[in-house]
Amino acid sequence: MSQAVLQLEKVRKSFGSEVVLEDISFKVLEHKATVFIGASGSGKSTLLRCINLLDQIDDGQILLDGQDISAANVNPDEVRKKLGMVFQSFNLFPHMTVLENVILAPTKVQKVAKEKAIDEALELLDKFGLREKADQYPDRLSGGQQQRVAIIRSLARHPRLLLLDEITSALDPVLVNEVLSTVRDLKSEGMTMVLATHEMGFAKQVADELCYLHQGRILEWGDPSKVLQSPKKKETKEFLRRLHQAGRL
Amino acid sequence: MAKKSGRSSNRAAPSSSYNFGGSWSASEIELARRHARRARNKKSALIAALSSFLVLGTLGLVLVTSPGWETLRNTFFKWAYGFEILPKILLGFTTNATLTVIAGTSVALIGLAIALLRTSRSPALTPFRILATVYVDVFRGIPMLLVILLVGFGIPALQIKGLTNNVLVLGTLAVIITYSAYVAEVIRSGILTVHPSQRAAARSLGLSNFQTLRHVVLPQALKRVTPPLLNDLVALIKDTGLVSILGVTDAVRAAQIQTAKTFNYTPYVMAAIIFLLVTIPLTRWTDRMLRNSYERENAVGQA
Ligand SMILES: Nc1ncnc2c1ncn2[C@@H]1O[C@H](COP(=O)(O)OP(=O)(O)OP(=O)(O)O)[C@@H](O)[C@H]1O
Ligand SMILES: [Mg+2]
Repeated sequence: MSQAVLQLEKVRKSFGSEVVLEDISFKVLEHKATVFIGASGSGKSTLLRCINLLDQIDDGQILLDGQDISAANVNPDEVRKKLGMVFQSFNLFPHMTVLENVILAPTKVQKVAKEKAIDEALELLDKFGLREKADQYPDRLSGGQQQRVAIIRSLARHPRLLLLDEITSALDPVLVNEVLSTVRDLKSEGMTMVLATHEMGFAKQVADELCYLHQGRILEWGDPSKVLQSPKKKETKEFLRRLHQAGRL
Repeated sequence: MAKKSGRSSNRAAPSSSYNFGGSWSASEIELARRHARRARNKKSALIAALSSFLVLGTLGLVLVTSPGWETLRNTFFKWAYGFEILPKILLGFTTNATLTVIAGTSVALIGLAIALLRTSRSPALTPFRILATVYVDVFRGIPMLLVILLVGFGIPALQIKGLTNNVLVLGTLAVIITYSAYVAEVIRSGILTVHPSQRAAARSLGLSNFQTLRHVVLPQALKRVTPPLLNDLVALIKDTGLVSILGVTDAVRAAQIQTAKTFNYTPYVMAAIIFLLVTIPLTRWTDRMLRNSYERENAVGQA
């Protein structure tokens, strides 16, 4: 059995007196996708931010390829070079064109030669149907296009692991599909991912493992269709029932 | 460059220029609408011209026919005399111009440094951060004239060897001290308006703290504060006249010397006109930039 790309051991995180994550343990194997679902405020974003070392955990351990990245002597910049993160609100840099957004990290962080970075970036943009937007500024793009550029921007650095935080929740239903199909493509190419999402249909398609997060704890996990169709815990049932009522299942 | 201009021309283009491949010509309704708009614009222009002519004409007439007009004209607007001494005042104004360039450059650099210090979170910089805060608080709160007097007369009074007694240098120093405090605050406010998510995105891409500042935060911040900074530049140009109090022969001082000789105030008016010739175009340009940047900010998020 291959070593886990990402492994969390009893991770805990609090903001002041509010405990946001507690006793979080899971593994993500290479080429696999772990999807987190859960109500708003259950701690999904915080979990991803902790993995990316944007927030500091209070206890437990985070291992990336076996290396303890939660150790005190770890340089976060070095760790983040191996991780790609995409946010709910795209966060493209508005003063740069699409192309400049994509090549920023490769040229400044990975120190790839500019011509080479541009070639690679254009290839990626081409692959995801955004080649003709290369010289546009982000505010000229639709939300779905912006989010796809954000995904491409984090792919351009060849990350070991991709963290996607509710990347479709700021989009209308039509745009959601184009972004989701991009993620499906990545999955089929073998990208290792951790996702947080409200899209249950999508979760079922890409997840190798589904985790239901409730008040900062992983309450239920396993095969996505099992968790979604025959949940064991009453909280999971309740959550899925509410989603069903809202027409999101 | 080409990209930028392409972008703004996009925005300026009227919607009627959109071409969807087919040959399009305006419909009857659109033509009628354009005709009505043109007629309305013509009428507005006519009304504006007429009312301006009436109001300004009346004001002028009242002024010229008033009993004191002759004396007023001879004391303030003796143009022949004004042009005679103009070279002296212009020579003085070169001092203001030089001072503006030197002070402006120094202020930009020092202001930026202070703003960066105040927004940094590095623990090693804490004492400097405190000093910077005190500095800004103090010099934003004192009238600049006082700073000029303190520096210009105070430093020579110390009689320290090696320190300059040159009033021009000391005056410039005083201007730099005061304006750096203003400009630092403007730049700092710009840095604070860049949303934290931009920083998070940059850091998550692996950019270091410094790279994030250099490539993501500062470009956005400086773009946003350019209009207010230009405003400060206009203020700086006219405030350079304050160093005349130290005896520096700038445009104001040159005018004062002439006035003292003849007891005619036309030299002051000439100096004022020279300042206006520089500041008014700059102000207009600043206004335009402000408007453009406002429109740009509002265009964001429409997508
Ligand atoms: N910087 C912070 N300071 C204090 N509390 C925070 C901070 N960030 C998040 N929280 C709190 O942590 C809890 C979990 O937030 P989080 O954003 O992780 O939830 P989420 O599951 O991503 O929700 P959503 O689905 O709405 O995005 C919330 O109660 C939130 O108020
Ligand atoms: Mg969230």
